[in-house]
Amino acid sequence: MLFRNVAELIERCESEGVSISELMIQQEMAVRERSREEVFGQMEENLKVMEDAVEEGLKGVRSHSGLTGGDAVLIQNYIQNHTPLSGNLLMDAVSKAVATNEVNAAMGTICATPTAGSAGCVPGTLFAVKNQLKPTREQMVRYLFTSGAFGFVVANNASISGAAGGCQAEVGSAAGMAAAAIVEMAGGTPAQSAEAMAITLKNMLGLVCDPVAGLVEVPCVKRNAMGASNAVVAADMALAGVTSRIPCDEVIDAMYKIGQTMPVALRETAQGGLAATPTGRELEAKVYGINLKSE
Amino acid sequence: MKFKSVFDIIGPVMIGPSSSHTAGAARIGRVARTLFGREPKWVTVHLYGSFAKTYKGHGTDVAIVGGVLDFETWDTRISTSLDLAKEKGIKVRFEVEDAHTDHPNTARVRIGDEQGDLELVGISIGGGKAEITELNGFELRLSGNHPAILVMHNDRFGSIASVTQTLAKHEINIGHMEVSRKEMGKEALMVIEVDQNVSDDLLRELESCDHILQVAKVVD
Repeated sequence: MLFRNVAELIERCESEGVSISELMIQQEMAVRERSREEVFGQMEENLKVMEDAVEEGLKGVRSHSGLTGGDAVLIQNYIQNHTPLSGNLLMDAVSKAVATNEVNAAMGTICATPTAGSAGCVPGTLFAVKNQLKPTREQMVRYLFTSGAFGFVVANNASISGAAGGCQAEVGSAAGMAAAAIVEMAGGTPAQSAEAMAITLKNMLGLVCDPVAGLVEVPCVKRNAMGASNAVVAADMALAGVTSRIPCDEVIDAMYKIGQTMPVALRETAQGGLAATPTGRELEAKVYGINLKSE
Repeated sequence: MKFKSVFDIIGPVMIGPSSSHTAGAARIGRVARTLFGREPKWVTVHLYGSFAKTYKGHGTDVAIVGGVLDFETWDTRISTSLDLAKEKGIKVRFEVEDAHTDHPNTARVRIGDEQGDLELVGISIGGGKAEITELNGFELRLSGNHPAILVMHNDRFGSIASVTQTLAKHEINIGHMEVSRKEMGKEALMVIEVDQNVSDDLLRELESCDHILQVAKVVD
């Protein structure tokens, strides 16, 4: 194992003069005893799946429950016809994150990053910054390895599951992973990637997992949108030289501890938060009521 | 370290909406199909815990049946698997159970035809990973992370030795192994996780060993 936490990851990158994505590739080759071609090839396939999902979502999809769908199209139309206040790149990232999660909710094909419910942040930001940074295909695949390196640390030292640690563990982790990958693609240092991850995750701490009707739709889709925008802003801050006063590993640890003390009602049980609002309950009855009648 | 590979984080490729309720469920159904070895005529699925409460919204029902039809987690036919099963004349039934189970995402899958049937219990442990905890009444722990060989045999001395000797001869390394039996001297089950996929020829050779009743494999 080449690294177990962010500090080890950064130290190793700096002493060996390699990028985060490179270190992740080397660790994967070592741990799974696979060739560089195999490891790289599999990630390239995942990239293709993400690309197709974004494309499908931007054409407009609807979930079976009817709770989500079509918002990615609305946002794209808005970008085409207006000047978004938050900027084109940011809204493009948001629309592509939403597109991915709408496809997920509609039972389309996605690549979990790190989970299905948080699958929008990494590809959403990737395909938005792609238009500006003009990366090669290899750099795009490396974006996923860099994301994966930070997700790997979070999964092993904290959690990436909403049921275990709230939505901070799912969309929070995904957003942090995306921020770190944007920094590497934009030419930042490994240390700056870690700062971007820390800044992003700090701002998603305490985020509850409260899916309406227990479905991966409301508020999951829009939370991926906000995770993606959080990632872009934090990446910019890190590239500007801003650092996190709390080191990345300590932020991850704080996230884990917050998750452990979070009430069960706010950890993917559909018992609290938005799921327990009058409208949340009404939607739940509608979703399952209709289904029950059709039996 | 719970997660060893970057593809546990960036992956799996799957049909939405939930890695635990959809992808994990599909894997449980597919293990049943693999062990049964052919397309069944009927499928009965008992759903427990969170699976019982939200199976329709998450597509757990279509995912399990999709798995039984031998679809991978990313096969888009999963979403129409109930219709596809109907077209093939496969009778599908779902039973929602109140009983408490150790794991919140538990399914009991029974499949069969006029020649025989099979029953297994699977749990979906998150991120699309699934474990099989029971097979035809035998308790077991099958992670699904490695290819595995399942051997039904008579509880006699020498039966385990003959199987492991055959594997050694073919240079197949055993990563994890469990043996369980319902009663002393009766039917028993060996679950052997191995490092690489085994050929059908080897399975036939194992089947010809002393006291061996049936051999099946589960591919990673």
